[in-house]
Amino acid sequence: MKTKLEELKEKAREIRIESLKLTHQAGSGHPGGSLSAADVMTVLFYYHMKYDPKNPGLESRDRFILSKGHCTPVLYSVFADVGYFPKSELASYRKLGRLTGHPNPKLPGVEIATGSLGQGLSVGHGMALAGKLDGRDYHVYVLLGDGELNEGSVWEAAMSAAHYKSDNLIAIVDNNKVAQDGIVAEMKGIEPVEKKFEAFGWKAIRINGHSIPEIKDALEQAVETEGKPTAIIADTIKGKGVSFMEGQTKWHGKAPNDEQLKQAIEELQNG
Amino acid sequence: MAKAATRDGYGNGLVKIGSNRDVVVLDAGVSDSTRTNKFQEKYPERFFNMGISEQDMVGTAAGLAKCGKIAFATSFAEFLMGRTQDHQLVSVAYSGSNVKLMATHVGLAVGEDGPTAQAQNDVGMARAMPTMIVIEPADAVEAEKVVEYLAEHKGPAYVRLGRPEVETIYDDNYRFEPGKSSKLREGDAAAIIASGIMVQESLKAADILKEDGINVSVINMSSIKPVDREAVKEAAKTGAIIAAQDHNVYGGLGSAVAEVIAQENLNVKFEIVGIKDLFAESDSGEVLFKKYGLDAGSIAGVVKRISGII
Repeated sequence: MKTKLEELKEKAREIRIESLKLTHQAGSGHPGGSLSAADVMTVLFYYHMKYDPKNPGLESRDRFILSKGHCTPVLYSVFADVGYFPKSELASYRKLGRLTGHPNPKLPGVEIATGSLGQGLSVGHGMALAGKLDGRDYHVYVLLGDGELNEGSVWEAAMSAAHYKSDNLIAIVDNNKVAQDGIVAEMKGIEPVEKKFEAFGWKAIRINGHSIPEIKDALEQAVETEGKPTAIIADTIKGKGVSFMEGQTKWHGKAPNDEQLKQAIEELQNG
Repeated sequence: MAKAATRDGYGNGLVKIGSNRDVVVLDAGVSDSTRTNKFQEKYPERFFNMGISEQDMVGTAAGLAKCGKIAFATSFAEFLMGRTQDHQLVSVAYSGSNVKLMATHVGLAVGEDGPTAQAQNDVGMARAMPTMIVIEPADAVEAEKVVEYLAEHKGPAYVRLGRPEVETIYDDNYRFEPGKSSKLREGDAAAIIASGIMVQESLKAADILKEDGINVSVINMSSIKPVDREAVKEAAKTGAIIAAQDHNVYGGLGSAVAEVIAQENLNVKFEIVGIKDLFAESDSGEVLFKKYGLDAGSIAGVVKRISGII
């Protein structure tokens, strides 16, 4: 889906507002990591990836996996907007139906269930291997959290993807530096994270994860890379765009109340 | 009678179904022991050795399956179930991925490698996983037929395969069907319901009992989930059911049979022969079976005791 580059910033703003509305309406959910990932999600789904929401099973489609599965506010905001399901269905977020708190493949566009961290990269790699086996030229994009990199299984997958030279696999780390229990660097630090990926045999690109041109360029470089998978380390701010949420652990998994939502939307509209 | 291990039946089955280009096989660095190397020799481009990383193997299998592949993910049961339960739950079962979890080296029959290789709680874990079917073939022919069945039927499955060679019971006409058991011996003194290598021990137990003039039924309940409820009801008519499993007494085939007995209000004496909630040690499978009460003689003793013969 090719939206004009200059329109992406506005799209990201809409997605952030919708994400907050969803958590507010549900009374629970994960706003912080949804706001940090909103720019990456916007560039992926409105500019970079090849897919057709009207034909979610299209074999040639690029695949996307939200390995940080708790960030369904941003995922469902995007999915409803691009047309995977009707926007009216957003009313059932975290209620009976397909819009579970963490994604499941009953919902069109969701390739695999996630919500237990550390599984998405292996699954993405399996899809990448299948693409090579079938001679298809799609790419697989896996969005991980920085805290998620504490899971050992992520590094099992990293080792495999380099071994198999799976250059159709692209990991994006939403490096917002904050996890449920606090600052990642204080709990179990992941730095120097590009060096870790490089040591595992990956190409690593570090970018400002809120810069739309940088995200776009990094994704294009990743697609052009041959013989190895690419990790894009997107430096982001948890709760980006809302002053009282930015960098705050407590907004990892808490919904805004009426007043907080109003203030957050105002800030996002004026930001 | 010919002897072969169920893991050998698995390897042969994979080669048989390998002409289907959707079949992919994964292993976690033990392909010579699990016999997936037979598939690798014939179809190297569709064999993925993921190294000693079981979680990654199961996740990768799920990804392949989501792109239309029929993925057989293989390792020793202790590691496959022990390390990857969460991946099985989320990436395989919940996601509806067409992944077959093929677990070799189960129970005390593993022998000398000791308790860290003698998987004994895997059936309990697999059975509790929603949508997962659980199968433990009794001989190499059945193992091969199970593989053929799985290649044709979508959905997740957990299959328990043994290390030692066992007597071949079935011939090539056998067809596996989930929820269906097969009665190998007919008798009215008691019914032994078993799976895997314990079918073999139960047949020997039936021979021992026959010498004493006691005729028992022996039922191969290779489909542990779904269990064959009608067969359990039928078995109850003998008045005594013995469930025999090379697995901890909690959560295995015995628990599955006990559920049917309780839910159907069957008036029957019942006992589970299995590993009695302990960690064993190293020695040959035969020695361990005898010491821990899983051998034919022990089964025969339990039959006599609970059916009130002694």
